[in-house]
Amino acid sequence: MDVLPGVDPRAPLLEVSDLHVEFRTGYGVAKAVNGANFWLSPGETLAILGESGCGKSVTAQAIMGILDTPPGYVTQGQIKYRGVDLLKMSENDRRKVRANRIAMIFQDALSALNPVYTVGFQLGELFRKHRGMSRGDAKKRAIDLLDQVKIPAAKARIDDYPHQFSGGMRQRVMIAMALALDPEVLIADEPTTALDVTVQAQIMGLLADLQRQRNMGLILITHDMGVVADVADRISVMYAGKVVEEAPVYDIYARPAHPYTRALLESIPRLDMKGQQLSVIRGLPPALTDVPKGCAFNPRCAYARDACRQDPAPPAYQVSHQPHRTARCHFFREVIGE
Amino acid sequence: MSDVVLETKGLVKHFPITQGIVFKSKVGAVRAVDGVDIHLRRGETLGVVGESGCGKSTLAKLLVGLEKPTAGSINVRGQNMVTMKGAELRRARRNIQMVLQDPYTSLNPRMTVGDIIGEPFEIHTEVVPKSGRQRAVQDLLDTVGLNPDHINRYPHQFSGGQRQRIGIARALALKPEIIVCDEPVSALDVSIQAQVINLLERLQNEFGLSYIFIAHDLSVVRHISDRVAVMYLGKVIETGHDQAIYEQPTHPYTQALLSAVPVPDPRLRGHRDQIVLEGDVPSPANPPSGCRFRTRCWKASQICSEQEPLLQIRERSPHPSACHFAEIRDVVHGR
Repeated sequence: MDVLPGVDPRAPLLEVSDLHVEFRTGYGVAKAVNGANFWLSPGETLAILGESGCGKSVTAQAIMGILDTPPGYVTQGQIKYRGVDLLKMSENDRRKVRANRIAMIFQDALSALNPVYTVGFQLGELFRKHRGMSRGDAKKRAIDLLDQVKIPAAKARIDDYPHQFSGGMRQRVMIAMALALDPEVLIADEPTTALDVTVQAQIMGLLADLQRQRNMGLILITHDMGVVADVADRISVMYAGKVVEEAPVYDIYARPAHPYTRALLESIPRLDMKGQQLSVIRGLPPALTDVPKGCAFNPRCAYARDACRQDPAPPAYQVSHQPHRTARCHFFREVIGE
Repeated sequence: MSDVVLETKGLVKHFPITQGIVFKSKVGAVRAVDGVDIHLRRGETLGVVGESGCGKSTLAKLLVGLEKPTAGSINVRGQNMVTMKGAELRRARRNIQMVLQDPYTSLNPRMTVGDIIGEPFEIHTEVVPKSGRQRAVQDLLDTVGLNPDHINRYPHQFSGGQRQRIGIARALALKPEIIVCDEPVSALDVSIQAQVINLLERLQNEFGLSYIFIAHDLSVVRHISDRVAVMYLGKVIETGHDQAIYEQPTHPYTQALLSAVPVPDPRLRGHRDQIVLEGDVPSPANPPSGCRFRTRCWKASQICSEQEPLLQIRERSPHPSACHFAEIRDVVHGR
């Protein structure tokens, strides 16, 4: 593997602090990420939960260094991998981090794969470019990888094109591609949203197995509270570009501390219950060009008072004595029901 | 049985697969819907669930007359829609309307909201006289919880949830008894989903509507449905009251489908009865012989490939189930 200067194996695996990303458009500046903080340890699954437009995918793109610039710019903050700030790296070094150390899988595997190259070629490309392997060796490794992600008859399918695979199989190819160079961090951006539930169960099971085998850190970006409950260790809930609550998975479902988390949990129908009426979060998420003053959730919040409508926005309060249980709400004690 | 508003018998839709450009010859057929019998009572919601490619959207199109069935009948209030023609058909179609999945593409961006919701009145001119149409559209906007003053706005000025309300208003315009909802909330965010589901429930109570509610999200279907039909490869394989389907499923496919749905409660992790199916849904152009689920089924034996199981009440299945080995297994609740 390429050597990266300054990497300290004892430093935290991944640490994002005070990340700001904005999009400069003709209609104004959209603040997509507005001070996001989180961290990840080896072997752990962190879920980033939020609705569309909350900045979860943009955060992932910033970590990977694949933000479209322009219009997107990282304006502030740090993304530290093993103690090295990725944002201060040269593009050349960053390329060594991508796929080698931090890899990503995308929601829509059909548009993420190149339709005019065979799956074997696209997988082998990683080994040829990053490891300098010959075509023959790279193909062998590609077959090996397809086997690992449990694609039946991998040897026969290596020369197929992406459109010849089903949705679930395509997502397996994506996973194989992300894992090819043994990354320490895998970012999965809505990996199963486009898939049927039975296939979703297969893919999530596969990801969990591979993660265990490799002791890999996994960041799962999703809006599905069911999937999160099944696989995550910790959760960061994002709203309007900020992490509004972070907590271990059991705590957040049992005792949400932020009104937004609480409202989300109450608004989803459950398979094992037949409720009467779903509780509703009134209003809409704010436009990112015009985020409300104070707490961004205040116009939709049942707990909102005057303090919530004024700057500064609520800080990340420590909710309990447990480490890493925070909520950005002035009235978290009330929400949690103490 | 007098309150049955909609009934299908042996409904079939095959799409031909052709070869050649000038001299097209039929080489096969995609059996999208292959013999579906369903019925819907007044004020009731029938949920239709299944994976993509099982034929649920084709079924929706057949019901509202956007596709012509290959065989079978669709009876609305006792009249067969399939054999109807001309003015009679047009009148009958008023009674069964549709809400589409994607509110971003199903509304014409060049038409105002008033024109979109009022368009049904242009086609069915006898419903509301021309002078009363604006009033009627405003009433509809009000009914679905939108501001009646926004009648001259365009779809892009509304959010996803509001657009779906516009789609619902359009479906309500002709005062139908039946509304076919094809994945009405799957394109919406969770916090908006609840608003639209609650609206659909309120409208049902207010107007005594009957819904065919098609969705792949089993939790949403459970919430809104009175009865549920589970489809696999163009056939209904299990049907019954929501309680029966969700708590006492007897068909292995239903059990696998339900067990695959994640439940938002981490305490159930590892305590649920999870069945992970191998492989993908076979091609509907070439379905397996006998029972169509047998290629992915853990109970499959000789008889399953030879004899097609009928959808009927069985010794160990108190509601209709199309499996030779139907047996109750509660997969939703923890062990």
